[in-house]
Amino acid sequence: MIQHAPVLIIILPLMASLINLIIGMWRKRLCYPLTVAALSACVLLSFAMLNTVIDHGNITYRLGGWAPPWGIAYLIDHLNAFMLVIVSFISLVVAVYSRVSIEKDMPKKINQFYTLFLLLVTGLLGILATGDAFNLFVFLEISSLAGYALIAVGDDRAPLASFNYVIMGTIGACFYLLGVGYLYIATGSLNMADLSGLLPDLYGSKVVIGAFAFMMVGVAIKMAFFPLHKWLPDAYTHAPSAVSAFVASAMTKVGAYVMIRIMFTVFKPYFSIEVIPASAILGWLAVAAMLFGCIRALAQTDVKRMLSYIIIAEVGYIVMGLSVGNRMGFQGAVLHILNDAFMMACLFLAAGAIEYKTGTRNVHNFSNLYKKMPVTIIAFTVGGLSIVGIPPTCGFFSKWYLVLGAIESQQWVFAATLLISSLLTAVIFFKILVRIYFGNSNENESSNPVFNEAPLSMLFPICIMAAGVLTLGFFSGKIISSVIQFTVPGSF
Amino acid sequence: METAVIYSIKPLLAISVSLIAGLLIFLTGERSRNLRESWTILASVIKFTIIASMVPSILAGNVIEYTIISIAPGMLLQFRVDALGIFFAITASFLWIITSFYSIGYVRAMKEHAQTRYFICFAIALSATIGVAFSANLFTTFLFYEIITLSTYPLVAHKETPEAMKGARKYVTYLLGTSIAFQLFAIFLTYSAAGTLDYSYAGIFNSVRGNGVSDTFLIVTFILFMAGITKAGMMPFHSWLPAAMVAPTPVSALLHAVAVVKTGVFVVVKVVLHIFGINLLSQLGLGTALAYFASFTIIVASTIALRQDNLKARLAYSTVSQLSYIILGVALLTPSGITGSVMHIVLHAFGKISLFFAAGAIYVATHKTKVSELDGIGKQMPFTMAAFTLGAISMIGLPPLGGFLSKWFLGIGAIEAGQIPIIIVIATSTILNACYFLPIIYRAFFKEAADSTDKTPSIKEAPPLMVGALVLTASGAVALFFKPSLFLDLARMVTASVTGVN
Repeated sequence: MIQHAPVLIIILPLMASLINLIIGMWRKRLCYPLTVAALSACVLLSFAMLNTVIDHGNITYRLGGWAPPWGIAYLIDHLNAFMLVIVSFISLVVAVYSRVSIEKDMPKKINQFYTLFLLLVTGLLGILATGDAFNLFVFLEISSLAGYALIAVGDDRAPLASFNYVIMGTIGACFYLLGVGYLYIATGSLNMADLSGLLPDLYGSKVVIGAFAFMMVGVAIKMAFFPLHKWLPDAYTHAPSAVSAFVASAMTKVGAYVMIRIMFTVFKPYFSIEVIPASAILGWLAVAAMLFGCIRALAQTDVKRMLSYIIIAEVGYIVMGLSVGNRMGFQGAVLHILNDAFMMACLFLAAGAIEYKTGTRNVHNFSNLYKKMPVTIIAFTVGGLSIVGIPPTCGFFSKWYLVLGAIESQQWVFAATLLISSLLTAVIFFKILVRIYFGNSNENESSNPVFNEAPLSMLFPICIMAAGVLTLGFFSGKIISSVIQFTVPGSF
Repeated sequence: METAVIYSIKPLLAISVSLIAGLLIFLTGERSRNLRESWTILASVIKFTIIASMVPSILAGNVIEYTIISIAPGMLLQFRVDALGIFFAITASFLWIITSFYSIGYVRAMKEHAQTRYFICFAIALSATIGVAFSANLFTTFLFYEIITLSTYPLVAHKETPEAMKGARKYVTYLLGTSIAFQLFAIFLTYSAAGTLDYSYAGIFNSVRGNGVSDTFLIVTFILFMAGITKAGMMPFHSWLPAAMVAPTPVSALLHAVAVVKTGVFVVVKVVLHIFGINLLSQLGLGTALAYFASFTIIVASTIALRQDNLKARLAYSTVSQLSYIILGVALLTPSGITGSVMHIVLHAFGKISLFFAAGAIYVATHKTKVSELDGIGKQMPFTMAAFTLGAISMIGLPPLGGFLSKWFLGIGAIEAGQIPIIIVIATSTILNACYFLPIIYRAFFKEAADSTDKTPSIKEAPPLMVGALVLTASGAVALFFKPSLFLDLARMVTASVTGVN
């Protein structure tokens, strides 16, 4: 059973997606339970795979029985087993959350929504599971196309935002595909493990260096890495809240995963660090991303837009951790993928619940929100503190490893920038939290705010995420020693 | 002295009891104020009892340890109760009991809003304070240090007026900002150089100096620590403390004269003694540098205090100055200096809390906040002003009040260190203290009230809960002069553990 899990975890949501479309024509009410059931199965499968990987090592699955490098092989190691757990878990939580908000936003198109949502999950899980560079492109496009459509059904400005995203995303995909093509020309193989063995002899070749550059740029667009982030704030702001919560926490992280695969699996670490100065360039761009993201976030009044800019900074954190080229930094980056997924899901879900109940995303209208929606607000606070990096929230622990990694490589600017960006996020969240808890002292609100909390199907996922943010940090050591340390490239 | 490590859950209980109280206060809410307040009282008494029950074992030379969770190698959520920790914990938890009564009197007399929030935050802040006192490593310290900042923010902003919000913003900007930018950075540097964050009596940097750790690195780290522990109120990062005076007076009394600021100096003492160690600091000359820095703060803050007409602001600057005594003492790196410094934690606490209690009582009874309005108030509020006088004398450092003891030790410490200028600093500061406290006492007792239409003003004291509290703390300040043995023993143990001299 478990040897089929790598492909089952992709087929399950894919089939569920198609069934959704069909049964949705008769009974729309079945879509939601079907989606939740399919994603629950994915979560179970992903945990089972993670367990197997921890206990017995990697899982390989050959599609159609064809041996690599001719056939497509799925290879589950510690890194993608870990990522599969994150993505499938977040997708389940968001699916549970989505019920009421989708019924409110698009009552006629529930089945279409869940079809697309499951396709998006299929794409992301496929990217993670596959061990084939071209197959990865296919899943990248599946997830992106589903993503474009999902974002476009948001508010009035969503179609334009989605259109921008389509343009940028397609360019990114093209770049990636070009890179894969070049590698195929140079080596005749598409299998990542195979490529990794074939490429070192060709590291001097301009074709290979070009391929690396193309792939990196393509991925950088997909993960909204500065300065290729332009599409992200609009797209994530105007998307439906359930969609933004999922794409914000999962999609950029999957991009980061692909970057890790390219830099450290397809190419050897010494190529990405020494042969060409890729990691140095990425590191300094990450510094710019952290500062840019936080400074732009400072100026936003739309809470989702502000969070979107923070994502740009968070992507910078992850890339910074990868670029310093040591064990500490790498572990920090991988840990931050997990922590950031939880923090972002928590914040976006809370913001979505606020929008659902009050109809506003503008932080100026958040006065005294605490009295109306205490549970949501506490979750939002926890997420915010985690972004700032206040212990014991999980954000502190990944920053801990990231900064230590930077210090170990004597990259003082990186370490300092990370702390500065923490300070900037502290300013951002304090401004909002003060308004939420104390109201605006200038305006006299005569109407006493009444308790008006979001429905339970929204609150429950929010609480799960907030609890995750609060407790994950305590297990960082365990997560690192049982999973993440095995993801670190051997030469570190 | 044989040191045995005892594993006990008591430290965790002592910390969590007020957290649980916070929850119970939240659940009770405004429904029954008496029940809600009884949680506070109950928690404070239980907390003190638990802490006091650890004292005999500590006095016998043991340390009590409890590990909650080991997050990663070198990063543990761990408590270790030693002489210094229990010293601070017992001071804070004892004064919390008294402050709880005072608080109840104050918020009821003032008909304050959001009382539930007030008591919850108070309870959490005390939990975190004990957490700092008992922490076994810098990581645990930092965690609770931040919780203190966050949980006291609503207390400073309590009035929710624009002025209060502004003060609170300044408060959180200074405390949170510097702790992330400097203190956390220093902790990172410490960890990456030493590979551990556990406090050790010899100082963890002592063993790694020279092994790839340059002196420049150590000096930079030390400066980052000192700049990052803003709660100690050292100049130039002191101005959050006067700004925090917008808080209700019980908050200023317990938190901004005892719990929060003492946490700051406590962490400074920990960093000096247990992270760097006195040998290393004296070799690097950093002790002397810190001593002069503290001296600067002592003199300048006292001078500023002279000009403050707002009573609480004057007390705040006095606190800034007095906190630096503690830093000065430990920076001398001599046995008596360290003893004096540790003693000053409790002696200043009792004196200053009496002064703040008195200021709050005056405000509740007469709504006066300015020194210039206090003419003749001694006749109206004899108990309050008597306690104020005792507190002031303790601050100045005259016998028979506790404040004398710490100045005595500090003076001897300065001689041991051969730092004659420091003695001049202490003497000057004593004169300045007298200059800003005595006029208040003079006005209160010897001047006639400006608007005294009736020649014999009747006694109009604050509610009995408040007066009782301040009489108690003031008598405590006197008692500490005559019977300082418990605290003195603990302080000597601290000194002995780092210097070997008893």
